[in-house]
Amino acid sequence: MATKTQEVEAKGGQSRHRSLGLSDDQALRIYEVMRLARAIDERMWLINRQGRAPFVISCQGQEGAQVGTAAALRPGHDWVAPYYRDAGVILWFGMTAKDQMLSFFARREDPNSGGRQMPGHFGSRRLHIVTGGSPVATQLLHAAGVALASKQRQEDAVTAAYFGEGGASQGDCHEAMNFAGIHKLGVIFVCENNGYAISVPQSRQMAIQNLADRAAGYGFPGVVVDGNDVLACYEVAGQAVERARRGEGPTLIEAKTYRFTAHSSDDDDKRYRQAEEVAIWRQKDPIQRYAKYLRESTTLTDPVEKEITERVDQQVDEATEYAEQAPDPTPDDLMTFVYKQGTVS
Amino acid sequence: MPQKTVIEAIREGMDEEMARDPSVFLIGEDVGQRGGVFLASDGLYKKYGEYRVIDSPLAESCIVGVAIGAAINGMRPIAEIQFADFIAPAMNQIIEEAARFCYRTAGDFNLPMVIRAPWGGGVHGALYHSQSIEATFAHIPGLKVVAPGTPADAKGLLKAAVRDPDPVLFLEHKRTYRLVKGEVPDGDGVVPIGKADVKREGKDLSLIAYGLMLTYCLEVAEKLAADGISAEVLDLRTIKPIDQAAIVATAKKTGKVLVVHEDTRFAGIAAEVMAIIMEHAFDALDAPLMRLTGPDVPAMPFNHVLEEAFMPNVDRILAKAKELAAY
Ligand SMILES: Cc1ncc(C[n+]2csc(CCOP(=O)(O)OP(=O)(O)O)c2C)c(N)n1
Ligand SMILES: [Mg+2]
Repeated sequence: MATKTQEVEAKGGQSRHRSLGLSDDQALRIYEVMRLARAIDERMWLINRQGRAPFVISCQGQEGAQVGTAAALRPGHDWVAPYYRDAGVILWFGMTAKDQMLSFFARREDPNSGGRQMPGHFGSRRLHIVTGGSPVATQLLHAAGVALASKQRQEDAVTAAYFGEGGASQGDCHEAMNFAGIHKLGVIFVCENNGYAISVPQSRQMAIQNLADRAAGYGFPGVVVDGNDVLACYEVAGQAVERARRGEGPTLIEAKTYRFTAHSSDDDDKRYRQAEEVAIWRQKDPIQRYAKYLRESTTLTDPVEKEITERVDQQVDEATEYAEQAPDPTPDDLMTFVYKQGTVS
Repeated sequence: MPQKTVIEAIREGMDEEMARDPSVFLIGEDVGQRGGVFLASDGLYKKYGEYRVIDSPLAESCIVGVAIGAAINGMRPIAEIQFADFIAPAMNQIIEEAARFCYRTAGDFNLPMVIRAPWGGGVHGALYHSQSIEATFAHIPGLKVVAPGTPADAKGLLKAAVRDPDPVLFLEHKRTYRLVKGEVPDGDGVVPIGKADVKREGKDLSLIAYGLMLTYCLEVAEKLAADGISAEVLDLRTIKPIDQAAIVATAKKTGKVLVVHEDTRFAGIAAEVMAIIMEHAFDALDAPLMRLTGPDVPAMPFNHVLEEAFMPNVDRILAKAKELAAY
C-alpha cells in the first residue's frame, strides 16, 4: 500500500468544485468558514497584544486542511477529535464565533470547558466534538475508541482525528493507528504537517519525508495532499470517508501545510525560522488561493465577497463584544463537576 | 447462599452486567480466547463474541485510550490491565484524560468506564507482579478507586463500578482470587461505592484495612479475642471516595486505631486515614494512631525471605495490635 500523492493543481479547471460534487453554495460556505476562522484568529492576536487576554494558539495558514477535510464529514452524525489549531474544523461542526470568543476570554459560558481550559481545547458532546486536553496525540486513541463503538453498534458514523506531525512521534499515535488498522475502524487520521513542532523541524521529528508512508505499516492507505489546497483536501477526505463508511477501514491523510504565526502567543518564531520562509508560504495562503479559484470560476463575485466580509466582521465584532463582557466563573465553580454526580468528594 | 471465590465472583459480575446491558464490553490483553491470564473472563468470549470481549494489542495506553473513546460514544467499557504493575504506560490516558473529562468540560462529558487491575503481593510475583497502586491513583481527583477483599464485595462493587457514570479503578488483589471464599448473594447484590463495612464488631481497638490485609486482620481479631481483646475490623472497600464517617465512627468507638496496608508507607492510604481521625476524632483517642505497612523500597522482591520481609503478615499485625492494646 504505497503512499499516494494527490494531484493538486487545478485539475478540473474552472469547475473543480462541481466535479467534486460541491454546489456553488457549498463551495462558498467552505470559503466563508475559512474566512471566519482566520478573522477570529486575527482578532484574538490583536486583543492579546493589547493585553486584554492572555493566550492565543492559531489556525492561520491551516484553514484549508481543516475545513477541506471537515467538509467531507456529516456534522452531528460523524465525530471529530480535533487538536488545538482546528478552529476551521470545529466551526464547520457547528461552533460559533461567540463560542470561540467565550473560550478565548475563558468565560463561565465557554461551551468547551466553562473557562477551565486554555483556548483551543475544544469539546462538545452535542456537536460530536471530542474534548481535548493538552498532552498531544491522546485524542487519536479516543477517536479509535469512538469508532470502535460505532462498529460495535453497526453504525456508519466516521470519526476524524486531527494532529500535528510532532504529535505523530507519540506512542499513542502508533497505538491508535495500529488498533484502528486491526479492526478496520472508520477513522480518518488527518495530520496537519506544518513542518514544525514549536521549533523542532520535521527533519528532527522523523527520518522520512512523508508521514503518510507509515500507513503502510498499519495496513491502510496513506495519502499526501497539499494542505493549502482546500479542494484537494476535500477530495482526499471524501475518498477516505467513503472508504470508512463502507467498513474498509482507516486512511491516513498527511496535509502538507504551514503555520503563519508563531506556535502561540508565548512563542518567538524568529528564533528558529527565517522570515523569508514564512513569506514564501504566505504566498500560498489557502484562503487567497481558494478565493482566486472561486473568482476565476465566477463562483465568487464582488458583491458576494462583500456580503461574506460583512457577515464575518459582524460575527467577530458581536462575539468579541459579547464575550469580553460575559461573566467570569465564580470561585464556587472551582469545585463542581469533579465527578458527574455531586461536586467534590 | 453459595460459597464462591473472589475470581468467580468477578467473572459472574462481569457476565451478569454484560447480559444486562449490551453496551458493556471487556477489552484487554488475553481476555478473549484465553479468558484472561487469571481466567477472570473465562467463557465470556464464547458467550459474547469478539466485539464484546476484545483481545487488545499489547499496549496499555491503547486499552485505556480506546476505552475512553468508546465511553464517549455510548459504551460502558471494562478495560483490563493484565497486572497493576503495567499500568504505567496508561498513566497519561488515566490521569490526564479519563480523570478530568468531566471537570474539563464542566460536566458536558463523563466517562462511564471501569479499569480492572490485579494488584498486590504474596504470590512470588517479584518487583513487577506484586505492586500496590492505590495511593498513586487515589491522589487523582476525578477517579474513583475500589479495592474489595471478599467475593460478595468484589461482585457487588464491580456492578456498581460498571453502572457508575465516572471512571473507576477496580483493584483485585490477586492473592485473594482463589484464597478467599465467601457467600455471595444471588441477584444483583450491588455494593455502593464509597461505603466502608464493619466486618467484625469490637470495642477495644480498631483495625482498618482493605484487600488481602482484610483477611489477615480478621484472623488477627480472632487471635486477639482469644486473649480477651475485642478488635473491630473496618474494611474500607472503597479507597476513593473514602468513607470518612465510618473511619471516624470506629475511631470514636474504640479510641485506638491501627491501619494496615501492604502498599509502601510514605504518603500511603494509612496517612490519609490517620489525618482524617486527627481532624475529626482527636478527642476520642486513647493511644497514638499506628500503622503497619510495606516498607519504602521500590517493590516486593522475588526471593521468599525478602518477600516475607516486605509483606505485613498475621504475626506482625498481631504484635502491633497487642502493642496498641497495651498502650
Ligand atoms: C505530551 C506533550 N508534550 C509536550 C507538549 C508541549 N507542546 C505543545 S504543542 C507542541 C508541538 C506540537 O507540534 P505538532 O504536533 O507538530 O503540532 P503544531 O503545533 O505544529 O500544529 C509541544 C511540544 C504537549 N502539549 N504534550
Ligand atoms: Mg507541526
